[in-house]
Amino acid sequence: MKNLKITYIFIALFVMASCSDDFVDVEPFNENSEDFFNSEEDYQRALVSAYDMLQSTYLSVMLGEIASDNTLANGENANDVPGIQEIDDMIHTPINQQLGDIWRWMYAGVNRANYIMEFKDKTDFPGKESVLAQTRFLRAYYYFELVKWFGDVPLAVDTRLQFGDQFSIPRTPKADIYAQIEQDLIYAADILTYTQTESGRVTKGAAQALLGKVYLYQDKFLEAGVVLEDLIGNGPYQLLTDYSTMFELDNENNIESVFEVQYTDERGAGFGCLQCSNGNVAVGFNGIRSYNGPIFESGFSFNVPTQDVVDEFEVGDNRLETAILDIVAWAEETGATYVLSENEPTGYFNRKYISRKSELDSNTGDANLTNPNNYRAIRFADVLLMAAEALNRGGVSDSRAQTYLNRVRERAFGNADNNVSATGGSLTDAIYHERRVELVGEGHRFFDLVRTGTAASKIDGFEIGKHELFPIPLIEIQLAGNQWEQNPEY
Amino acid sequence: MFIVWLVLLLVYRVFCNFERTKQLIMKLKFLTLFAFVITLTCFGQNVDVTGVITEASSGQPLPGVNVIIKNTSTGTATDFDGNFTLNDVPINTVIVVSYLGFLSKEVTIKNSERLTIVLEEDTESLNEVVIIGYGTQTKKEITGAVAVVSSEIIETLKPTRIEQALQGQVAGVNIVSNSGSPGAPSTISIRGISTNGDNQPLILVDGTVVEDLSVINPNDIETINILKDATAGIYGVRAANGVILITTKSGRKNMPLSVEYNVYGGVQETTRKLPMLNSTEYALLLNEAFAANGDSLPYPNVSGLGQGTDWQDQVFESAPIFSNAITLKGGGEKSTYVFGSSILDQDGIVGGSKAKFTRLTKRLGYSLDFLENFKLNTGITWTHTVRRTLPETGIGSVLFNALNMAPTIGPGGAADNLGFEVVNPIKQINNTYNRGLVDKINGNINLSYNFLDYFTAQASYQFNFSTVKNNTFQPIVDYGLQGTVDKVFDIQRNRVVDEDNYFRDYTFDAFITYKRTFNENHNIDVLLATSVFKTAGSFNAFEGFDIEDNYIGNANIEGATEVRNLNDDRSTKFDSRLLSYFTRLQYNYKGKYLLSAVIRRDASSNFGPDNRFGYFPSVSAGWIASDESFLADNSFLDFLKFRGSYGIVGNDRIGSNRFVSVLDGQGIYPFNGSDVIGIAAGALANPGIKWETQKTFDIGLDMRFFDNKFDVTMDYYNRRTEDLLIAPPVSGILGASAPGSLSPFVNAGIIENKGFEFTIGYTEQFNDNFRFSVKYNVATLDNNVVQVNDGVERIPCPNCGFGIGQDPPAYMEAGQPIGYFRGFRTSGIFQNQAQIDSSPILNDNTQPGDLIFVDINNDGVIDDNDRTNIGDPIPNATMGLNLTLDYKNFDFGAYAFASVGNDIVRNYERTLSRTNRTTQFLNRWTGEGTSNSFPRVTTGANNNILFSDFYVEDGSFIRLQNVQLGYSIAQETAEKWGIKKLRIYVSASNLVTLTEYSGYDPTASTGEPIGGGIDYGFYPNPRTYLVGMNLNF
Repeated sequence: MKNLKITYIFIALFVMASCSDDFVDVEPFNENSEDFFNSEEDYQRALVSAYDMLQSTYLSVMLGEIASDNTLANGENANDVPGIQEIDDMIHTPINQQLGDIWRWMYAGVNRANYIMEFKDKTDFPGKESVLAQTRFLRAYYYFELVKWFGDVPLAVDTRLQFGDQFSIPRTPKADIYAQIEQDLIYAADILTYTQTESGRVTKGAAQALLGKVYLYQDKFLEAGVVLEDLIGNGPYQLLTDYSTMFELDNENNIESVFEVQYTDERGAGFGCLQCSNGNVAVGFNGIRSYNGPIFESGFSFNVPTQDVVDEFEVGDNRLETAILDIVAWAEETGATYVLSENEPTGYFNRKYISRKSELDSNTGDANLTNPNNYRAIRFADVLLMAAEALNRGGVSDSRAQTYLNRVRERAFGNADNNVSATGGSLTDAIYHERRVELVGEGHRFFDLVRTGTAASKIDGFEIGKHELFPIPLIEIQLAGNQWEQNPEY
Repeated sequence: MFIVWLVLLLVYRVFCNFERTKQLIMKLKFLTLFAFVITLTCFGQNVDVTGVITEASSGQPLPGVNVIIKNTSTGTATDFDGNFTLNDVPINTVIVVSYLGFLSKEVTIKNSERLTIVLEEDTESLNEVVIIGYGTQTKKEITGAVAVVSSEIIETLKPTRIEQALQGQVAGVNIVSNSGSPGAPSTISIRGISTNGDNQPLILVDGTVVEDLSVINPNDIETINILKDATAGIYGVRAANGVILITTKSGRKNMPLSVEYNVYGGVQETTRKLPMLNSTEYALLLNEAFAANGDSLPYPNVSGLGQGTDWQDQVFESAPIFSNAITLKGGGEKSTYVFGSSILDQDGIVGGSKAKFTRLTKRLGYSLDFLENFKLNTGITWTHTVRRTLPETGIGSVLFNALNMAPTIGPGGAADNLGFEVVNPIKQINNTYNRGLVDKINGNINLSYNFLDYFTAQASYQFNFSTVKNNTFQPIVDYGLQGTVDKVFDIQRNRVVDEDNYFRDYTFDAFITYKRTFNENHNIDVLLATSVFKTAGSFNAFEGFDIEDNYIGNANIEGATEVRNLNDDRSTKFDSRLLSYFTRLQYNYKGKYLLSAVIRRDASSNFGPDNRFGYFPSVSAGWIASDESFLADNSFLDFLKFRGSYGIVGNDRIGSNRFVSVLDGQGIYPFNGSDVIGIAAGALANPGIKWETQKTFDIGLDMRFFDNKFDVTMDYYNRRTEDLLIAPPVSGILGASAPGSLSPFVNAGIIENKGFEFTIGYTEQFNDNFRFSVKYNVATLDNNVVQVNDGVERIPCPNCGFGIGQDPPAYMEAGQPIGYFRGFRTSGIFQNQAQIDSSPILNDNTQPGDLIFVDINNDGVIDDNDRTNIGDPIPNATMGLNLTLDYKNFDFGAYAFASVGNDIVRNYERTLSRTNRTTQFLNRWTGEGTSNSFPRVTTGANNNILFSDFYVEDGSFIRLQNVQLGYSIAQETAEKWGIKKLRIYVSASNLVTLTEYSGYDPTASTGEPIGGGIDYGFYPNPRTYLVGMNLNF
């Protein structure tokens, strides 16, 4: 019977169509993160991604200046990026897009580093210790940013924070965060060498310098002095003879650069994902509005130096011209045109980090957000000044402190005529002054003022007991189930 | 693959045995005849009856009409010319003439005179067959809330996209067009917002899953059925947002070749231009704002500035639209066929051909009865679309620039930018080249086989294959003043991006039905089925530079330098699958008491092994009260049915692999000065992610009265969605903001949608020349978030914003409608300093002339705790009104749609110092007592830009969606000309919108469940005037 046959075929079809539940077992096309780390290459590639978040520290650098007495927010108008304007005016609240960005981006970095550490024992290969040392340095770098900005923060070590963890993880006291940072940096300094075959990699010097800085932030002057002097004595770093070439594109990763965040203009990004940019977003933000002239390119005119910081430079200090661009004088000299915005223009720009014309410019994506200028995160001059401060404030040796301080000053003035011979508190003040003019525009000022207890006298609106820390972004407190106390007075 | 092979094998086998099947048919015919003769011998006084059956509207003979002797299975069907013959019929026999889509007629045989029987078309027939998913029911038997949109409505509305035909036609279905630009997608929501991740209902075109309705030619559509309640549960895990079943036109058996040719053309224009300040007003406003901050005046001399340029006049244009469609259909004794072809060409009202949408479709459908009980139905459609787009929506878009550009700058002047964040929109249009090209083939093949009297087995296979190619070219362009180099809009090196994306899916369904009547009164219909669904695809994108001559014609990746894979070396494939078994039992007693129950088991690859399997039951019942004896003699009521349904359906639309952490993130960092590509985690995993379940309750009634002139449908529903699926912003410590990462999908909470739907239709045929009908529907919607999981107080919108750098404006929070707007409430304007000194204020920026923020919690300070619900984008009610009037050869139709109670956020104004403003600013505060609603202007820091109810407007509107007047030539003339029908018409759509909203279009929305209703500078829906012709022969 044909009919019956067709019936059978249908039944067969039905049965065969009744796939087993295996049908819905689909392997992802990309690797499962739990099954990774099977070769050196796997570790190296994950490490690249842990480095990647360094590029998002541009915001911390920018705001570290704007929050201080060095620069004003400016921008197109008084409401241009309210989060930045509020920090400048010390009226910031727990609702602040930029503080949220710093929080989120630095934790993204922490998680990427912890991902490698979570699987640190999975596969062995020669050189693994170096990978782990770089990883731990990066974790320390990200945590240091977090602790500088927010104080007590949630701490995860050697494990990624997974969905659900946010509801139970507490804020860890600042001291414990610092202890973890120190451990990571000591490990990194032990394992790593002073030179790496590739520029941009973390070195022993970077680890030591950051460790010294971390000690200094905790007023651990003795420890800071030891590690920084070790670095000064044994490391390969020197002051660049000509300060004016320091921040140019053709002088990246120079002999003075102890740690440098690397940027390129090969891969762009838009405002929707600033952290995705492989360029230095701050440079575009700092740039001169509607500029047309030589050397520079235009930008959003944020982060403009104040007259106060310009006046801080002594007569004869040749760093002024490199650090501060006097746009009026420059325009007169070169015929350049520009627009001063209506908000709070000072006539000055942060010359170290404003966008420059470049033949290399591949102009990808939103080019203004993709400038290739590397950020000299820790310069040898900073190391010398930190060492001087540690030796002086720790009461170890004012004379060695003078030596380090004067190395920086001799380059600045081109002679030894302006060397400092003061001691004690006067020497401390001289070091503070020197830090300000040497490092202006590089994002250190606000935190230097806070850690030395001088912020309230320098920053308008700074309230003691409140503004030493920034508020935990309100939305982050809410998204973690309202279990964290807000920082005091916010 | 084996499934395709099996189906092919089956087809092959059937063809092989064609001779045998023919014999079989002969045998069967002989048996029938035999039975017939036996029957006839029982009666005396018999006659031979002959006749012809024609269609009332056209007078054309109807082939294939069933002519059956009442209460028997004896009968025949009309032939090609509508003729039938019944031999040896006893006198006084009643014959029943019935045909799908027509009112049946009963005729008593008095003698052997040749009969002429005229059948009236009945589009509203209770016996109309409605597709309900894996089966059909008559409208009368349906126990669920099912709405039908017929091809007539689609023909009347001339939508370029099908969604436009649904807006306002069906109570409870709301369409949000995401943009008015040609080819832009729309969001369909059925009975409110239930899902966050993807609110789109399941759309099946002849059983084929369709994600993008823009590829369907509306002319091909026969009916659209919308399953609104738990009866959609037959689609289990994919039914949570409702199901839309679209059936395409097909031929009929024994139908001569029939040709339908439809053509229309017309122009489109913007419905509105915003009233902007002219040059003088602009200059004065700027002076005031600058002065308020102590800055020097930008326009010390305003005399002679005059009106200046309205940049909207520069960017808006009249744009043509043209459509051409032909359908050929017909059928033989055992087969039917249909062929359709169409082309649509639509320019944009902004950008003209730079925003053009073109669609070509070809469709072929074929059915064949191999045997009386073994049938094949198959079809294939090819679609080709080309869509060009401009930067739309938000900062940097063409319309944004047109609104922001200073009126003092002339369109042809040397200066064509304003600062460097606003550029000449005309130049921007000219230098934009975005093109999206879609080629899609979808097909289906269905075999059905009837056996052992009561069983039907069916197997069907549907597939989609599409390629989506996007090409973007950014030529070298300098928007600057006097050659100023800036990096925001300027392009110094040209760039091309080519994307090639591939998508393919298939569905295979196999099912058996058992349909039987026991003891005359017990009707049973049982379905047992299995279904597998797989969708897969890949994304590929490359960028390159230095296109020769900076010319679009050369802009392809082959001609570029430094070509780079934008996905680096990550795989961009996906594969998502579904395996389902389900069964349905339908029972009715005397066709009066109706019951239907469904249970479906689904396994979805989108969830982890522990959460992969789900069972979805639903049940519905109906009672046709009008069939009861106590109502049967009622002269008022023609039909009354009560029905109710309850069920659990699910939702799995979250994409694949969200329960595991996969290394598809982005990590790139330069060593030695050049980028090194690393590997990083992508979207955060939520291993515990599970179905969203939706518990739906519906009660309703259908009623007809006064000789079927009135037709009423009412429904009340309550949908409770639990474990709502959404990928909201999550705690930053999890690292979701890393490049290439995303928030995890979470089961976020519970929301409830409640509503009442009411539809009433009234039709009156006054006489042969005059017919009138009106149909009105209203749907209310009450959306409420019941619970937000995980201790998070409120979930912010994932993709929305207000202004620059402000916190998200829309949230999901318990006790509030989903996506409600959270901001400050204002109570007027501070008139003087004394008032400020005595009031809680946000900060020291507050000055006279600023908005007063209300201290909601009365704690003496203004802070985040004072932000409150200041509106929500969900309409409280939507309404539709359809009116048709036929008088002699004229037909007139009008259709209006209204939405009440939806709020909209005005977010298309920039706060830069020199951007132009709307004339609303003329009413600003300029000193004590001047205004208590519109704040002062200043370039200084102020809080007026913070999100408050100042920016939230009532978006209620009523829109005359379509007005149409047609004229058909007389039947006699048509016959003389050898055609069936010729109708010419004029129509206007989106003619008038009454609204208080000050933006372009009150329908502006991204359609996002959280974050919808925010106007980012919406490309308005055009007003369209058309002239067209329908020709049938």
